[in-house]
Amino acid sequence: AASAQLQLAVPIAVVFAPGSVPGDLPRPLPFRDVEEMEISVNLRSSITSRYETLYRSTTAQEEAALNAATAREADAALCLLQDASLGSLTVYVVPEASSVLSQGVSVYVGKHRSALVRAGGGLATLRTRLRQLTQLMSFTASSITAALSDRVPDSQLSPDARRHLKSSLGYEITFSLLNPDPKSHDVDWNIEDAVNRYVQPVLDKLSLLANFSVDSQILYYAVLGVTPRFDKESSSFLLSAHSLPHVINPVEARLGSSAASLYPVLNFLLYVPERSHSPLYIQDRDGASVSTNAFHSPRWGGIMVYNVEAPDSPSASLPLHVDVDMVRVMEVFLAQLRLLFGLAREELPPEFLLESPGNEGLADWELDRLLWAHTMENIATVSTTLTSLAQLLDKIGNIVIKDDVASEVYQAVASAQSAMANLATGHLQLAFQASKEAVTSSERAFFDPSLLHLLYFPDDQKFAIYIPLFLPMAVPILLSLAKIVREARQCKKEPTKMD
Amino acid sequence: VCTSRFWFNYRHVANTLSVYRSVKRLGIPDSHIVLMLADDMACNPRNPKPATVFSHKNMELNVYGDDVEVDYRSYEVTVENFLRVLTGRIPPSTPRSKRLLSDDRSNILIYMTGHGGNGFLKFQDSEEITNVELADAFEQMWQKRRYNELLFIIDTCQGASMYERFYSPNIMALASSQIGEDSLSHQPDLGIGVHLMDRYTFYVLEFLEEIHPASQTNMNDLFQVCPKSLCVSTPGHRTDLFQRDPQNVLITDFFGSVRKVEITAETVSLDSDLAGFESK
Repeated sequence: AASAQLQLAVPIAVVFAPGSVPGDLPRPLPFRDVEEMEISVNLRSSITSRYETLYRSTTAQEEAALNAATAREADAALCLLQDASLGSLTVYVVPEASSVLSQGVSVYVGKHRSALVRAGGGLATLRTRLRQLTQLMSFTASSITAALSDRVPDSQLSPDARRHLKSSLGYEITFSLLNPDPKSHDVDWNIEDAVNRYVQPVLDKLSLLANFSVDSQILYYAVLGVTPRFDKESSSFLLSAHSLPHVINPVEARLGSSAASLYPVLNFLLYVPERSHSPLYIQDRDGASVSTNAFHSPRWGGIMVYNVEAPDSPSASLPLHVDVDMVRVMEVFLAQLRLLFGLAREELPPEFLLESPGNEGLADWELDRLLWAHTMENIATVSTTLTSLAQLLDKIGNIVIKDDVASEVYQAVASAQSAMANLATGHLQLAFQASKEAVTSSERAFFDPSLLHLLYFPDDQKFAIYIPLFLPMAVPILLSLAKIVREARQCKKEPTKMD
Repeated sequence: VCTSRFWFNYRHVANTLSVYRSVKRLGIPDSHIVLMLADDMACNPRNPKPATVFSHKNMELNVYGDDVEVDYRSYEVTVENFLRVLTGRIPPSTPRSKRLLSDDRSNILIYMTGHGGNGFLKFQDSEEITNVELADAFEQMWQKRRYNELLFIIDTCQGASMYERFYSPNIMALASSQIGEDSLSHQPDLGIGVHLMDRYTFYVLEFLEEIHPASQTNMNDLFQVCPKSLCVSTPGHRTDLFQRDPQNVLITDFFGSVRKVEITAETVSLDSDLAGFESK
């Protein structure tokens, strides 16, 4: 691809409550400022991020909201007042003495698209805080290079570059209960209720990103591929960290997936160990036991081990009825879902306070992070696909492009350009939609079954095939032509002679 | 992929099924295997032991059975279908099991066996695939990042000619014989009446029997398998397109499936009393 100059614009509003304006502002409020940063992707292309900041003071309603008792209430009230579009950020600066932020907290990040910052320290501190907030709430250089991982040289990629789920139009989520010992445990999990209560709100929040479909199943006599070790000290069974990679494969053969859809599948498995191997704990690399008793595999899903209490009396009747505590299970599965998508809790300085998103599973700005990354990934994919298609056509002159393939290509190009234009003006939602359309069209064009070129005809084979066919036929024809020409010449000479 | 049909090519089917078995034993599930066979051996009227395909004389190991999932069978094993699977240009009605759903983190192992010549491989006695087509197909796969690393093993006569033309990165190739040499079969079985396996695959399988999912054996050991004294032909390999040093590439990177896992350290806090909806 030619050197791409892509611009990502993030609209930011910095709103000053009365008494919080720093003394060294360059101009009186309100004013606009633009800061540009360059992220280099590889030798030829780079991305410019523009932070278009509007500095202004609060309106009367916002002031009232900021006088709330706690930051959470302030955040809720402010959210109703602003019409924050996807991808934008609003930072409210409150006076140093304000009580809305608790002691020791200088920055509060809400679960929508706003943050509260305590004033103090002048413009320089404010600028640093702003930078930290934009890095957290929109995108960082490493999240962008991770999204573009095919084009970035390996040395520049961070270790989690290829861990996160690739951008796709849809994902299939499958919850499976593995019961290897139905004789001892009769396990009952109310999965449908749990999905409706806890999983669906999260998926509704993510519905802008992709289509999700959820299935569940119960598998009996499905064992882990690894035999756990018995530990005398804790009288429990242990699975060490280095045996975990081998656990998944024997199970995967039995998991199955929907034959009809081609979306990536995320598997969440709940394993209830056999009576003879209970209780079973997972150990991390240092030998400590893991509090969640769960592990996950990038781009695949997660597994959680659910231990069942031993029966009180040895003569209790088997099988034991077990009612799975779905809240505990879903807390782990939803955390794994977040990690699979790349939403990790990052290390923040101690004066930052992040609001927990609660049952929604993820904050609005976390959704924005995903959208930024996926839009970039989509645009890069479209560009690679169309370039490679063009190279294929250059190389093989006699491929036929059907009309519908051509129209898909034009549509892909138009959508990609619209996505880039929207990114440059800060309309994240429109950009994302356009990038999704662009990817769909370009994939359809590239993978069209009619583009398979099978006939490789090297030149010497062409000669070898056609010469034995045409040469024998050509000999009498050429001889006759020669004879005709000779006769015609003779005829021309004859009349002069005869006369 | 087994590219031959007919009874006297029994050994090619046995080769393919044995490799299939090893790969399954080392952990790759059927959903990740595309098996293309003519599948006309087990129920062939000339088979004295119907419903079996043996890979060792004295009928020690039956590699056929009810857990063998053949994805492309009989007349579906064509050059076109093979290239469609590789490049992904498949009609939308094809089911999941017949597709190669790989992405940029997948390591792909391709094993092909049959009759070949200098620069081509014969498919079912009626068509051929040339080394240039194969190289182009791999390039299409690379452009779309359908593989992270690819290992190509071929057991045919003059097999090394098939990997001459590769030009995409991250491909390693092994062949059972050089250009101008024939690959020979291992042993005939007088009970069945045909040769049961090819030499190169036989020794590769002996080597694979020692591998288990956690083993640390690397590719250099695989290159040493089947020296000229045992194989009569000279096996070859090509690693110049591969970025990593073969010393550091584990056999299980391609033949088995070892996933990267991470411990889940966080949980989401859920409020179970939230009246999100009315419970019935």
